Amino acid sequence: MKKFLALIILLAFFFGCSSKIQEKQNTEIPIVNFSGVKPYLSSVSDTVYVINFWATWCAPCVKEFPYFEEVLNRYKNRKVKVLMINLDFPNQLDKSLKPFLAERESRINVIVLDDPNQNEWINKVDSTWSGALPATLIYKGSDRVFYEGPVELSDLTVKIDSLLLKP
Amino acid sequence: MKKMMLTFAATFMVAALFAQGLKIGDKAPDFRLKNVDGKMISLADYKDAKGFIVIFSCNHCPFVKAYEDRIIELHKKFEPKGFPVVAINSNDPNVVPEDSYEKMIERAKEKDFPFAYLFDEGQNVYPKYGATRTPHVFILSKNKGNLVVEYIGTIDDNYKDASAVKTKYVEDAVNALLAGKKPPVTETKAIGCSIKVKK
Repeated sequence: MKKFLALIILLAFFFGCSSKIQEKQNTEIPIVNFSGVKPYLSSVSDTVYVINFWATWCAPCVKEFPYFEEVLNRYKNRKVKVLMINLDFPNQLDKSLKPFLAERESRINVIVLDDPNQNEWINKVDSTWSGALPATLIYKGSDRVFYEGPVELSDLTVKIDSLLLKP
Repeated sequence: MKKMMLTFAATFMVAALFAQGLKIGDKAPDFRLKNVDGKMISLADYKDAKGFIVIFSCNHCPFVKAYEDRIIELHKKFEPKGFPVVAINSNDPNVVPEDSYEKMIERAKEKDFPFAYLFDEGQNVYPKYGATRTPHVFILSKNKGNLVVEYIGTIDDNYKDASAVKTKYVEDAVNALLAGKKPPVTETKAIGCSIKVKK
C-alpha cells in the first residue's frame, strides 16, 4: 500500500511537472527557422513521429487539429511523438495562435516556423509537397508517409499502428 | 481483352497526367470565365498580349492578402509590356463563403484591382493547370498561337516583407521572356492556402 501511495505521489509529481512545462510552452511558443525544425523531420529511432504543418487561418487545418490531440491522448503510453509546426504570421501570434491554444487548453507541442525561404525548405520536408496547407508527415526511421491536404483521424491511427508494429 | 487492358492503361495514364497538371513547356489551355465586371473573359481576348501572368488567387487567404499589393504592381509594370496579370479564384464558396463571386467584386473594388479577377465557377480550370494553392502563379508566353508554360510557382522569396525580398521570381521570369530568353528559374514552391474543393 505504501509503495502504491508512493507511486501515486510520484505520478502526480511527474504529471504536475509535465503540465507546467506544457503551460510554459503554450505561453512562450518557440519561433524557429527551418534549421530548428529539421531535426524533427528525420530521426533514427523506434519512435513514430507525427508532424503536422498548419495555421490557425487555415480552415481544414483547424478542423483536423483535434485529430492530433486525439492521437496524443490515445498513444500517450506508446513511442509516438506529435509535433504541430505552425505557419501563422509571427507578428500576429498574440491575436491568432495563443488564443487558439488557450481556448482549447491544448497540451499539444507547437512550434512556429518562421522562415521565408520556402522554396528551399518545402522540398526538404517532402519533394512532392507543393506548399499547400495542411500537410502531415508520419514516420519511423526510414518508413515515411506524407499527406498534402486534409487527413482523417483514421488515416493517422492506421499508419501509426502499422509503424508501431514494425520492428 | 488486350485492347481493354490497353484502354485501361491509357485512361489511367491520361488521368495521371491530368492530375499532375501543367509542366514547363506544356501548352496551357484557354478558359472562359466571368470577370468581376460581369463580362466573360478568355485569354484569346487579349489580342496584343505577348503572354500572361496567371495567378490562382482568392479573397480570404492571408498569403494572398500579403501579396495583393505586389500583384497589383506586377500588372501595372508588365501589362503595358504585354504581360497582364489574370487572377482566378477557384475556391468553392460553399466551403469558404468569403470567396463568393459577390465578395470578389467587393475585394476588387476595395483594392481597385487593375487586372481581370475571374471566378472559376464549377472549379474546372484549376485542375487543368494543376494549381494547388493560393497564390499560385503560371507564366505563359504566346508562341505561334499557343500558350506555353514558362514558369510555375511563387511571386518572390519573402511573403511577409516585400522590402526584404532578394529574388523576384516572377519579375525575373517576365523580364527574361521580354528579352527573348528563358526564365532563370522556372519552378518554385511556397506555402499557401489549399484550393478549397467542393465536398
